[in-house]
Amino acid sequence: MPATTLFEKLWSAHLVRELGEGVGLIAIDRIFLHERTGSVALKSLAESGRVLADPARVFCTMDHIVDTFPGRGDETRMPGGKAFITETREAARRAGIQLFDVRDPLQGIVHVISPELGIVLPGATVVCPDSHTCTQGALGAFAWGIGSTEAEHALATGTLRVSKPRTMRVRFEGRLPEGTTAKDMALALIAAHGSVGGNGYAVEFAGSAVRALDIEARLTLCNMVTEFSAVTGFIAPDQKTFDYLRGRRFAPTDATWPEAEASWRALVSDDDAIFDREIVIDVSALAPMVTWGTSPEHAVPIDGRVPNLHPRALAYMGLEPGTPLRSLAISSAFIGSCTNSRLSDLRRAAAILKGRRVATGVRAICVPGSMSVKRAAEAEGLDQIFREAGFEWRESGCSMCFFAGGESFGARERVVSSTNRNFESRQGPETRSHLASPETVAASAVLGRLASANELAGVIGGQN
Amino acid sequence: MEPVRVLTAIAAPMIRANIDTDIIIPSREMKSVSKTGLAAGLFAGWRYTAIGGRDPNPEFVLNQPAYAGTRILLGGENFGCGSSREHAVWALHEYGIRAVIAPSFAPIFFGNCVRNGIVPVVLAATYIAMLESFVQADPQTNHITVDLERCEVRAAEVQRYPFKIEAEARDMLLEGLDAIDLTLKSRAEIANFQARDKLLRPWIYLETITQ
Repeated sequence: MPATTLFEKLWSAHLVRELGEGVGLIAIDRIFLHERTGSVALKSLAESGRVLADPARVFCTMDHIVDTFPGRGDETRMPGGKAFITETREAARRAGIQLFDVRDPLQGIVHVISPELGIVLPGATVVCPDSHTCTQGALGAFAWGIGSTEAEHALATGTLRVSKPRTMRVRFEGRLPEGTTAKDMALALIAAHGSVGGNGYAVEFAGSAVRALDIEARLTLCNMVTEFSAVTGFIAPDQKTFDYLRGRRFAPTDATWPEAEASWRALVSDDDAIFDREIVIDVSALAPMVTWGTSPEHAVPIDGRVPNLHPRALAYMGLEPGTPLRSLAISSAFIGSCTNSRLSDLRRAAAILKGRRVATGVRAICVPGSMSVKRAAEAEGLDQIFREAGFEWRESGCSMCFFAGGESFGARERVVSSTNRNFESRQGPETRSHLASPETVAASAVLGRLASANELAGVIGGQN
Repeated sequence: MEPVRVLTAIAAPMIRANIDTDIIIPSREMKSVSKTGLAAGLFAGWRYTAIGGRDPNPEFVLNQPAYAGTRILLGGENFGCGSSREHAVWALHEYGIRAVIAPSFAPIFFGNCVRNGIVPVVLAATYIAMLESFVQADPQTNHITVDLERCEVRAAEVQRYPFKIEAEARDMLLEGLDAIDLTLKSRAEIANFQARDKLLRPWIYLETITQ
């Protein structure tokens, strides 16, 4: 047998038939939908008169435009938003699929709840009409975002016609310094190789620094590969993956677990497998990263200065070249999104916020990624820390990661955000977004300017 | 789906890297669970003078009389990046766009184009710059041809740029095929695959919920 990559193994295990010239009919194991783009797929399927191939493998959540204020219902601040919620509910009910509704205790952001419920599994194919579906590759799945028409295709046939991507391996080697995170690894990769660096590739993340990441950090890393223009990103499953999944609601039961785990252990790239492209990054001196511009590739170490590049981005962001990033005053701070809203993210941010207050005039918001994350955080008292620091503590959802017409940050307001996209007007009309890790967001909120956690006394690696 | 074979039309340059789907259609312009009624929201943030307004911004290329009737866009790297929202492609199509020429496309956007009768043409940035110069000299007269039959972009008689597109995507566009109909012809093979797979990976096959 020739040496093969993990991607090749995932591909061939799902190949129903070759469709010629690099296109395969690929079996789809899990389909996730949300109210923003899944609703139209369900509606279109129903109107076509076709039937859902297998309702048991289809899941749906309300995350994108659902309100995140306490006591929420179907009303949302987005004009016309309620119809997306009520129509999705009705369509999900008719289709007989599992729905995590607005008030369901398991509701949350699709890419947070899918791993936490064991819906995504190693070796599975997972699709969702959402670009950040690549997040779920962290568990060793082939997971990728699609459009609504493709979602309808998957619902109707249990398959997709997929153009086979080229393979890339990104090896992060070395020991990540304290205070530097998976988010910083992702931003460093995109800054070094560009927002089209991964175009056309299925990216396997490997190397000692990746193995050392816990599952939630791996989810953060894989989350950002769509900002690298890759088809998907994934990590070979290991003992951490198996320990994480064991006992989760939709994971294999005790009866099938041994067989499942044994098969998952084969999900690795062979030693001498050849990739179409390989990138190696040494993380041992990697610093916390922050974006200065309007693409995730516009990222620099937080100790750095605004570069003299991309005049349009500079103008949009209201920046002069040469300005130290740390000197930029912020008006808002946001912790949330499918990138960084899991329990470990909130714990690390809370460790920085404990006993501190958000700077005067800064609006700070924390939106846990799921209701399960929210409950777990509250059980540890993290909500108290966030609240006492001056953060709003919300119900779970995508919230202000993007502007859907309701709530937003203000025009020309500078926001430091644990999210994934700093595009023009992404978080609000003319809002200026700086992407960073939850640690950096928390420290910046406290100091009222872009700052890394080690500027605060008492934090690991910080001033005394 | 309406087939696209040879398209000769007015082209508008919008050459900037990372034109994302939030720009193509801002989330706030997706007002109902529908694939239609989206053209008015196309490029809303650039096209109108105010958020939610409909007063045209005269500086925006598609608002200029010289580009009235545009059916082809000339774009920059990573066109259609960001959100997977197919509404971006539905809005472009409803507006009248039938081809986008760019050095690279975000993969989800590319797939959405193919499923909706918009030809995504990958062409080197230097050639796109030449097309831009040609168009700008007289947009209403200097039409561009996207010939999917020959896999070639033409401008006047002198500029001819071949492009590559996967056979599957090309067939879908040329014939206006419905991918679901096509796949359902393989129903038996899909069933056979699942029967085999169920023995190999029983944990993948869940019980249907009862509500």
